[in-house]
Amino acid sequence: MKAEGKVFKYGNDIDTDIIIPARHLNTTDPKELAKYCMEDIDKDFYKEVEDGDIIVALKNFGCGSSREHAPIAIKAAGISCVIAKSYARIFYRNSFNIGLPILECEEAANKIEAGDEISVDFETGEIFNKTKNEIYRAEPFPQFIQQIINSDGLVGYVRNKLGR
Amino acid sequence: MGMTMTQKILAAHAGLKEVKAGQFIEIDLDLVLGNDITSPVAIKEFEKMGSTKVYDKDKVAIVLDHFVPNKDIKSAEQCKISRNFAKKHSITNFFDVGQMGIEHALLPEKGLVVAGDTVIGADSHTCTYGALGAFSTGIGSTDMAAGMATGQMWLKVPSAIKFNLKGKPGKWVSGKDIILHIIGKIGVDGALYKSMEFTGQGVKELSMDDRFTIANMAIEAGGKNGIFPVDEKTIQYIKEHSNKEYAIYEADEDAVYDQVIDIDLSKLKPTVAFPHSPENTRSIDSVGNIQIDQVVIGSCTNGRIEDMRITAQILKGKKVHPDVRTIIIPATQKIYKQCLQEGLAEIFIDAGAIISTPTCGPCLGGYMGILADGEKAVTTTNRNFVGRMGHPGSEVYLASPAVAAASAIKGRIANPIELEREV
Ligand code: SF4
Repeated sequence: MKAEGKVFKYGNDIDTDIIIPARHLNTTDPKELAKYCMEDIDKDFYKEVEDGDIIVALKNFGCGSSREHAPIAIKAAGISCVIAKSYARIFYRNSFNIGLPILECEEAANKIEAGDEISVDFETGEIFNKTKNEIYRAEPFPQFIQQIINSDGLVGYVRNKLGR
Repeated sequence: MGMTMTQKILAAHAGLKEVKAGQFIEIDLDLVLGNDITSPVAIKEFEKMGSTKVYDKDKVAIVLDHFVPNKDIKSAEQCKISRNFAKKHSITNFFDVGQMGIEHALLPEKGLVVAGDTVIGADSHTCTYGALGAFSTGIGSTDMAAGMATGQMWLKVPSAIKFNLKGKPGKWVSGKDIILHIIGKIGVDGALYKSMEFTGQGVKELSMDDRFTIANMAIEAGGKNGIFPVDEKTIQYIKEHSNKEYAIYEADEDAVYDQVIDIDLSKLKPTVAFPHSPENTRSIDSVGNIQIDQVVIGSCTNGRIEDMRITAQILKGKKVHPDVRTIIIPATQKIYKQCLQEGLAEIFIDAGAIISTPTCGPCLGGYMGILADGEKAVTTTNRNFVGRMGHPGSEVYLASPAVAAASAIKGRIANPIELEREV
């Protein structure tokens, strides 16, 4: 699996209230949530984002609430992958559980800039920055996580487990 | 190699003799929790999983607390999904308006969590129950769905930071000040993926309510869970609230920690977290002159009876500042009733504050006290992110009930000691 697109770059400690403010949590409709994604720090995000684009951020991305609405909003906005130095743990598991691939890579997080065109190979963990002609290597997914990815998220994993 | 307290509980619930930090395991769950925001998403996923039945109708808890009594049509529709689901699956522990309270204050009060349990909740502050010596952690809605369907959850075994508490906290220093101090020291990702294990002589100086407050905010340091050893206070609390059997787990003497941090409770001062991060803390002596528009005393962090009593102690016979809207929210129906019985409610009203039915309301900028652009609030809640209580241009200062109540009177962030001097 591969992802390819232009980069939206954010800083440290991007919390779930930034990703999707609580005032919009009275719905679970992914399309509706996507419209408000990042609006408090980047009000044009939804207008500018195109299918396949990639978010790159620094440390502790997704901290705060357990709301799955956060990765759901990001995914529904068209984002194909998130790369950060580190993630808050609930966001980390939520993303895999709903099928939004996310990678940890300090070098990529530091060097990639807003607007860069990059591509990501999930099998190898290789991140190619076309704009800068640089390659960064992310940690490959742990084996257990790979199982969840292969089952197309936790829903598929549990379906298999329940034998449905 | 020795295990931490958390690792012991996890090993027992995974049917393993030993677990190591970093290992992926699947554990059996004693309780799966969701609220009115996260449950509807979980219910959808639960159905997609092909599940027709929850794994144990007594081990699922659904609490409608964020946007109830229904604040608008959309939240009414959301709540309806949870209500229907709870009926359909005969969920024993479903709490709606009239029964409900803020989930993390309610579950311990109802005796649904005891020492040694494993609890997951589709709410980040599920880590609160570590105060009881349980493993509890926040997860997302899909995890909640899987938990309801299978009674199990996958996780990576965490390593731990040990907080060695010593000494006795001074007057006006509460659990809130201790945890704010710790977050200020280690940062919002200081305990990322890790357990925060609180031990040491100082633990016995802390009431159960203090411990709930401290464990509650482990997530604000990035922690997977926060946990306290089980002592006489814990056992007394459990016996008063629950008939469930409890189990005591202790860290091995040779348990390995990533870090050991000593905290002398006697040196701490009331502490305030400035906008827009819980790690942005200052001691009360260095807050400066910050005029405020609103005070909120409540939430899963500080809406318990001790918090109400301290608030009343400070507000008694005084008036809140005319420019400060003061909103007091007892966290559960029981605490609300105690406020009435103990005469606290009267003190609040006479002081010019309002009392609300239990709700998360303003804590997450839902309703019941939303801030306008440029407004400032002192609150006893746990997050002061941009826009958390309303307009992205508003500001939230996190503090203890004592500091919040004193600030309500003064119209600016204030030290409760100032009021003592005036008497
Ligand atoms: S009181 Fe605030 S932090 Fe606690 S559960 Fe409710 S919204 Fe979350």
